[in-house]
Amino acid sequence: MSSYRSIVLVKQVPDTSNVSGNAMKEDGTVNRAALPTIFNPEDLSALEAALEIKDRFGGTVTVVSMGPPKAADVLRDCLYRGADRAILVSDRRAGGSDTLATSYILSQAVKTIGEFDFVFCGRQAIDGDTAQTGPQTAEKLGIPQICYLTEIIDVKDGFATLRRSLGNGWEIVRAKLPLLATVVEEANEPRPQAAIKMMRNKHKRVPLEVADPAALAPEDRLEQWSMDDINADLNRCGFAGSPTKVHKIRSIVLKKEGSVQVEPTEEGIRGLVSELVKDRALG
Amino acid sequence: MSKKNPQGEVWIFAEQEDGQLKDVALELCGKARELASALGVKVGAILPGHKVADLAKTLFAYGVDKVYLIDDPNLARFASCPYARVFETLIEKYAPQIVLYGATPVGRDLAPRIASATRSGMTADCTDLQIGDVVDPKTNETYANLLHQIRPAFGGNIVATIINPEQWPQMATAREGVFPKKDPEEGRTGELIEENVEIPAELLVVETIERFVESKKVDLKGARIVVAGGAGVGSKENFQLVFDLAEALGGAVGASRAAVDCGWIDRDYQVGQTGTTVRPALYVAVGISGAVQHRVGMQDSAKIIAINNDPDAPIFSIAHYSIVGDLNVVVPLLIKAVKERVVLD
Repeated sequence: MSSYRSIVLVKQVPDTSNVSGNAMKEDGTVNRAALPTIFNPEDLSALEAALEIKDRFGGTVTVVSMGPPKAADVLRDCLYRGADRAILVSDRRAGGSDTLATSYILSQAVKTIGEFDFVFCGRQAIDGDTAQTGPQTAEKLGIPQICYLTEIIDVKDGFATLRRSLGNGWEIVRAKLPLLATVVEEANEPRPQAAIKMMRNKHKRVPLEVADPAALAPEDRLEQWSMDDINADLNRCGFAGSPTKVHKIRSIVLKKEGSVQVEPTEEGIRGLVSELVKDRALG
Repeated sequence: MSKKNPQGEVWIFAEQEDGQLKDVALELCGKARELASALGVKVGAILPGHKVADLAKTLFAYGVDKVYLIDDPNLARFASCPYARVFETLIEKYAPQIVLYGATPVGRDLAPRIASATRSGMTADCTDLQIGDVVDPKTNETYANLLHQIRPAFGGNIVATIINPEQWPQMATAREGVFPKKDPEEGRTGELIEENVEIPAELLVVETIERFVESKKVDLKGARIVVAGGAGVGSKENFQLVFDLAEALGGAVGASRAAVDCGWIDRDYQVGQTGTTVRPALYVAVGISGAVQHRVGMQDSAKIIAINNDPDAPIFSIAHYSIVGDLNVVVPLLIKAVKERVVLD
């Protein structure tokens, strides 16, 4: 069996289906602390794609996440599902990064890991829906990108045959490794966490998660990298490395005036239809 | 990194597939024309492909001043790396100040790769674009004529304006329908500039083996009446109510993102910031709460009817007719009334 080295980029995101009041900070960035968090759904599909490569063709799966110490939650989750190695890139100097700075930091982390065959990431994260970080990371690594991966058909002799969605159809491509693929939710059914792997990994923490990092036993330690560990140029990280700035935030004031209240009764609705016909909104 | 060039042109990506220009490219022509007029510069269209020179005429008619044609068999079909190389090369050569892309699967694949290579800022899924001055509150420095990239922000009823003060070109994507397509001006001409961009072999490492494309099944943008269902509809089975009402009204079916995410209906039907923007004569929102991301995609409809059992649902703030009630009761009543089409005096 051949052996492929896969790296998966995952993100912990605020659960946008449970947004509460103070979700934004005054500077226009997301107040992540105020929200429940989840594993970005399409990143789980990306993890599953990497685990599928490992199952079918052999190899290793390394996951990387960039975020606050709490983001170690999603790394543990990856270990429960079968990832071999997990690394959290966490550093205050990375705060405020837009997609360009984020892709720079992630690409530096990937380069620090070393040689690889595949980088997988979700097509987009539900907190911004920009779908920019994947292609930007591919460019920074100087490798091709296969966006909207839906099926891994075969991997052989340094080439991968993959199916991807075109929105209005699909195509099968044959691409030289290494490559980066962004994965869509339709690609697979992410496997559940395995109880035995959970038992083995649930005590693991990154040093920033514990009060006394020195007391963390080596077998309980999750890898944590700073900007220095990945040789990042600080001018390209965080606010300094982010060309886009939030200029202003405008709250939309909802007003109810001008709306005609229609009673939910047969009579009310007949009246409405009649008015629409007269207004020629209905032909 | 490309230079900041206040005299730079406003560019659009003239996306075509099998020799057909995408509608969104023509929509962007109109917006680019408006931005370029405000800036006093020309509109350029980047047209990569093979044997697509004919399309230049159409682009001129829609307001483009200069078409940069890059004709190469390797560009006949979209491929990320070769297309990105074309843009990187031309951006370096001409230093445009703004580059706009349709937020199609192709645009969303291509644009970020270019932004990364040119180290410029980019904003996805803008719902408006304007030109304006910005004063930096910290330094008091004035940045004249920046592109204001406006989009709903995460977290509810908030719209954010994003700027890119230093690292140009300023880049943005917009979904189909966000900017209305202007009427073409037949006979309008412009300058056709043929460019050669060398595509090295190492960029041609992704080969298409098989491809299947079907014509668009859903035409929301062209529909006179749209009936859209949201999370309140409750289930896939119950979504039939939305289809039935649409049929009775002779309209198209749409959906909110919540309904799409629940798997009740295909993503092609999604109305909103990350779906299609519609401006029908009549929009009926069934069980849609009306998050700002949805409202930006339908608020310009001539008449809006909202049906929701929550009287505080934000959708009512933009509805012309508000029906607070159980959609399972209201929709059948509406279907009945429409079928009978009784005009009361």
